Amino acid sequence: MLNLSKETIYQHLKSVKDPEVPVIDVVELGVVRDVRIEGDSVVIDLTPTYSGCPAMKVMETEILAALKAKGIEQVAVNTVLQPAWTTDWMSETARQKLKDYGIAPPDKVAAADLNPLNWETKSVSCPFCDSAETDLTSQFGSTACKALYYCNGCQQPFEHFKCI
Amino acid sequence: MVFSPEIQNDVFEYLLRLGDDRLVLGHRLSEWCGHGPILEEDIAISNLALDCVGQAIQFLKLAGEVEGKGRSEDDIAYFRDVTEYRNLMMLELPKGDFGFTIARQFFFDVYSFHLMGSLQESNYEELAAIAAKSLKEIRYHLRHSSQWVLRLGDGTEESHQRIQDAVDDLWMYTGEMFEVDDVMQRLIDAKTIPPMPSLKTRWKEMVVDILNQATLQIPTDTYMVSGSRQGRHTEHLGFILADMQFLPRAYPDAKW
Repeated sequence: MLNLSKETIYQHLKSVKDPEVPVIDVVELGVVRDVRIEGDSVVIDLTPTYSGCPAMKVMETEILAALKAKGIEQVAVNTVLQPAWTTDWMSETARQKLKDYGIAPPDKVAAADLNPLNWETKSVSCPFCDSAETDLTSQFGSTACKALYYCNGCQQPFEHFKCI
Repeated sequence: MVFSPEIQNDVFEYLLRLGDDRLVLGHRLSEWCGHGPILEEDIAISNLALDCVGQAIQFLKLAGEVEGKGRSEDDIAYFRDVTEYRNLMMLELPKGDFGFTIARQFFFDVYSFHLMGSLQESNYEELAAIAAKSLKEIRYHLRHSSQWVLRLGDGTEESHQRIQDAVDDLWMYTGEMFEVDDVMQRLIDAKTIPPMPSLKTRWKEMVVDILNQATLQIPTDTYMVSGSRQGRHTEHLGFILADMQFLPRAYPDAKW
């Protein structure tokens, strides 16, 4: 039997960062859904952020490596799809870290986000100067999870973590 | 979920349709990478392609599990020929101009939005989970394509003409989305997937609404192509597969 608590494993997992946003870890991102200790092995339930997100494979590999470095050899990563990941699962700390890193954090998912024919641009505050005078440049950015904005206050482009 | 031998193959076939639609469209979209009309659209279309291929992986992986012959999603994608592919013909047509790509995407997004909305209620839990996951992505795909239909339709004389031509050319390919053949009927009877009697009506309502706003003419329903769900395709699919399958077929043990 492994003489380990779930909390210890969660602590270890916090050393694994999102490879595309390296200031937040996989626990803060909300992709670790459960940690199970089964006899001598550990099972991590992981849920993907986006269907095609190439970072998921990296996170999986890094989780295995991080636990192995702590002497936990028998680890399995189990992919769970239901319920589907939502940005609402990101912790407050993670949101603050995103903002400090220069990415406008997601708001709570609102009804408008669920209507595909809602074309109104959400008001997103600039992570640099907090101005609300920003424009959406594109719904798509450098990674699946981000949209491009432009701040008319400090005249800087910035990224917004999409609400899904 | 374990299926009775009577419907196991139907489930497999249906998952191939869902997977192949997204794999083939994803491949077509990826052809825009580096060729988008503006940088933002280059990035946008590449993002759409990534989501489509990601969804295809989920559906084809599940198809392999249902089939029970030990085939992975890669085996299914790379080692089937044209007649074994089950994607809609509309999705294999060459990417055309930007207007054509947008019109096709819009027709497919509206269909996927309503289809996945129904499938997430399916009794088949694994399928419902992928549908719910995909739906989140399809929402912003549809937001993107519908905005472009409006912008091009109600834009310049040339953009209006180009997207009107695309809508006209694509119309005869839209009927296939709503066909209910024996495979689907057996799955509906077995309550594996929910019946979707109003899928076509809901699709048409949304499409007509946006085309009207975009000052575009709605084509009349005349001849509709059929047969891709049974493996009858246009000549274009063979070229996609040649491109996509060359490497794993020439070097079957190649690893990234």
